[in-house]
This record gives sequence, structure tokens and C-alpha cells, in this order.
Amino acid sequence: MSERAMESLRVAYGKELAALGGADKRIVAMDADLSGSTMTCYFAKEHPERFFDFGIAEANMVCAAAGFAHEGFIPFVSTFAVFGTGRAFEQIRNSVAYVNANVKLAFTHAGLCVGEDGGSHQSIEDIALMRVLPNMTVLVPCDAEETRKAVRAAAAIDGPVYLRITRPVCPVFTAPDTPFIPGKANVLRDGGDVALIATGLMVPEAMAAAELLADEGIGARVVNMHTLKPIDRDAILEAAGRCGAVLTAEEHSVFGGLGSAVAETLAGASAARFAKVGIQDQFGQSGTPEALFEAYGLTAANIAAQARELVRTK
Amino acid sequence: MESANQSLAEKSRLLRADIIRMLYLAKSGHPGGSLSCLEMLMALYYREMKVDPANPHWEQRDRFVLSKGHACPAQYAILADLGYFPREELWRLRRLGAMLQGHPDMRKTPGVDVNSGSLGQGVAIAGGMAMAAKVKGEDHRVFAVIGDGESQEGLVWEAAMSAAHYKLDNLTVLLDHNGLQIDGSNDQVMSLGDVMKKFEAFGFVCTRVADGHDIDAILEALHTPHPGRPLFVCCETVKGYGVSYMEDEAGWHGKAPNRQEYEQAMKELGVSADE
Repeated sequence: MSERAMESLRVAYGKELAALGGADKRIVAMDADLSGSTMTCYFAKEHPERFFDFGIAEANMVCAAAGFAHEGFIPFVSTFAVFGTGRAFEQIRNSVAYVNANVKLAFTHAGLCVGEDGGSHQSIEDIALMRVLPNMTVLVPCDAEETRKAVRAAAAIDGPVYLRITRPVCPVFTAPDTPFIPGKANVLRDGGDVALIATGLMVPEAMAAAELLADEGIGARVVNMHTLKPIDRDAILEAAGRCGAVLTAEEHSVFGGLGSAVAETLAGASAARFAKVGIQDQFGQSGTPEALFEAYGLTAANIAAQARELVRTK
Repeated sequence: MESANQSLAEKSRLLRADIIRMLYLAKSGHPGGSLSCLEMLMALYYREMKVDPANPHWEQRDRFVLSKGHACPAQYAILADLGYFPREELWRLRRLGAMLQGHPDMRKTPGVDVNSGSLGQGVAIAGGMAMAAKVKGEDHRVFAVIGDGESQEGLVWEAAMSAAHYKLDNLTVLLDHNGLQIDGSNDQVMSLGDVMKKFEAFGFVCTRVADGHDIDAILEALHTPHPGRPLFVCCETVKGYGVSYMEDEAGWHGKAPNRQEYEQAMKELGVSADE
């Protein structure tokens, strides 16, 4: 693989939000004492009159955001995913999703890649929590470039959006002209033996896995499922129909996230072989992101191994 | 001197009858808290707030948030009386497809500014609306009515902290202090302590209305100057006020009257039980 530029998704989020705030005065940003981590600090610096810190009070922040939305603003609310989707879940349910309030939940530090902070801070259930709510759109960008597009897409959607952003500095994988249409998955690579449907940081891992499989003569189709809700049913069924085997890969619990969404789509509609790579029914722990990905099987090598097994048992 | 608001006393009797009839017909709902906060809502809707029933989304209107959303029959009765929607809707409360939901729904009911019902959230949303008004440079005000049981929610105090921090002098929080909640008295269930002192400590200008069913007294309290700070008005009320057997009875928090109880209530209120 060629050398790729490295860029942080959260910095991309913060800078894009600040830029968007310059063009659209309806945008306000909120944080719960983590603006230097979620990168809403860029917005705060450029638009101090439209930035609000709520202190460490996520529930109040989410409700206040609903209040802003009711007054015609487009609030972007940021904190760590584990606190935003977890602690403020019922506020999101009743004050945002239930009323279809135009609130953007841009939560960062999702998944295991928070690393050393450990299991208390590693959100592995946030997609499940947000995906189950009516009216909610769920976007999971795979790199900084896609994050920028997701920020713009979220602002353009009239209704609640969960934007799942991760912490590490990652290779920029997609191009500025790669389309990003919410609800429409991107096929990054074609192949007829197995479909690798991935989201977030597992997209580059799936691409690397496809390379490994190609060396063994196994053709892998790679699908970037950047929108978890509404899920691209057609892309899933097409991949299943073409390959006869589907493997999902996500930095999230195998319950309730991408794997579940794809399984829900395939059930009763496809006879394709199916398996999930993700975090099994367990919490995370401290470690470097790389060590954690290795320990929990979130690697190209494991994706390739699982795909190989699927193809073998077709 | 006669109060200009004495005519509202007559209206309050009829609104109470509407509340009782709504709940009787719905066969469920919350009479106790609806009856205790009625005069607070009347003071706001009939005297204090700038609203236009013909234009519920009028941008310059004052906003109202019934944070103790289960008391919505009181709000619905007033909204119908003001002409936000036909009175007939009252008798379909809580039915499938009804405009009037079991808890306030801004997407279904004209005049409802904010969804509430999950306690603590309404007052926090009200804070966001007051902040938004300041960002827009608009001078309308935001009023939120909270319950005393509701004030056990931590979110109420998160909202109080940020309202003071952001100097929301366009926000008024009124407490329906009837002293009772589902499981008994506040003091039995979870004592609020000195709620006035608590709001004062959080940075509100605080005032108490000794008789929360006296509309003149509520209005006087609402006019307490509070430059640079949000206002807290503690209204001492009686749960179930106006229906003898419901008064001060925690058991009437969340149940509807049966036929016999309905007829007695209507008799006490001097309104025919037949419609």
C-alpha cells in the first residue's frame, strides 16, 4: 500500500465544525469540559459567542441543545461517546429523538482506541444505543476526510444525528472526491468470494485484509458502511448475492452495531454465510490502541482469517 | 379594591371542572398535580405571558415549559379555553391518535412549546431556550414550572447551575410546592430541605408565594426584579386543590376519578356532570 497522509479524525471534526460555523450562523457548539479533547476548541476560538461549555453535566447539555434546536439553531454537542450516549441516553431519547430535534451528537473517543484510559472510557455500545432510537441517523466516518464530509452531511440533515468519532491519528484513506451520501455505502474494492462490510477504523483494516486474501487467490469485496442508520440494505444484499459470504468488521460490540444491522438485513433475505468481527461480549481495558486491536481481534489478520473460514465453509 | 383578576377565580372553577372531566373520560392521568399548579399556569397564560393563540409559533412569544409534564391536563384546559385548539379535543385526552397526549407533545399540540414528562428535562430545555434567545438578541422570556418531587432529579440542579452561570435573567422557574409525590410526602420520600435556600445558593433570585392559588400574589412574585440572574418562584400549593377528597392526598397523584367521584367533584365545582 502506498504511503498515506496521517490525520486525526477529531481534529478534522473540530476544524470542519469551526469552518461550518463561519458559513452558517445557526450552528452552535457545546461541550462538557472536554473541548480540548473533542476539538470543539476550534469552534470556541472562532465563534466564542456561539460556544457553550456546560461543565461536566452531559444530561443538561443535551437538553439545552434541544432547547437551542427548538429555537432554530443547529447545535453540535460533543463529549466522549461513552458519557454522551450512556449517561445522557434518556435525555437523547426523550428530548432529542422523540421530538426529532435538530441536534447533532458528535461524540468522540468512541471504541477501544481511546486506549490507556481503559474500559470505563471505551464506548463499545454507543452504536447500539443510538441505532435503536427512531428518527436518529448514525454516521461512522473511517478517516479524517470522511469525517469532514460527515460533519457537513450531519448539518444538512433535518433531525438528530449521531456522529461517531474516534481518537487516534489515522491514515487518510478516502479522497476528497469520494462520494459521501448518508445511507449509501461505498464499495471500495470488488471481489466475488467474500464481502467485507466494515465501518469506522475497521475500513482500512478490511482493505488490508482484502490484500492478504488476494495473495491467496480469494477475491474480497470491501464495503465502507459509513452510515449505520439508515443502513444501506441494497448494498448488503448485493454484496451477499455476489459473494455468498459476508463478514462484518467494527470497533464496537458484536451486539447491536454493524454486525447486528447487517444480520437483521440478511435474515430471511439471503442464504449467504455470515460472521462478525468486533468486540465479543466483554469490556475493554487499558493498553495502547494497537495492543488493544490486536488483543480483541480488530486487525486485518483476524478479518482475513475469519473471511478465509467463511469462504472455506461456503 | 377589587382585583382585576377576580374574574379569573370563576374561570379557575370551570378549568378545574374541565380537568376532572378530561381525566374521568380518559380513565387515567394525574389530577393532584394538575389541580395544584392551575393558578400558576393561569397567572402566566392569562396575565403575564406574551402569547398569541392564533399564532402558536409566533417568534416573539414568551415560551412556556411544563417541566412537570404529567400536570398537562391543566395546560390543555387553558390552551383550549384560549382557543389554541377546539375544546372537543379535551375529551379525547390519552386516546389513540389524539392531539392531547398523556404528556405534552410539541409536535402534536398547538401551544405546547416543549415535550416534557421525563422529569428534570423540561427545565433544562427551558435553559437552552433562554440561552438561544440571548444569542439571537431577542427579549422574549422563558417560564418553566417544575414539581417538588421532580426537584429530586439531579438534572434540575445541573440546569439551575447553568442558568445562573449563563446569567439567564430571561428565565423564570416556578415550583409547584405541594409537598406530595407518588410514594407520599417529599419529606417521607426524599426531603428537599430548604428548597428556597438551595435555589438561592445556585444563584437564583428567590421569592415565595405563601398561597400558590392566589393569582395576584403569583403575579406580584413574577415581577420581582432579578437583573442578571434567573428568578425562582416557590409557590406553596395544595395538591388536588378544589376537590375536597383529593386535597392533600398523595393517592390522587396519578389516578382518575370513578363515576361517583367524578359526580361529587363536579357537584363541588358547581358544574353539571353531564355534557
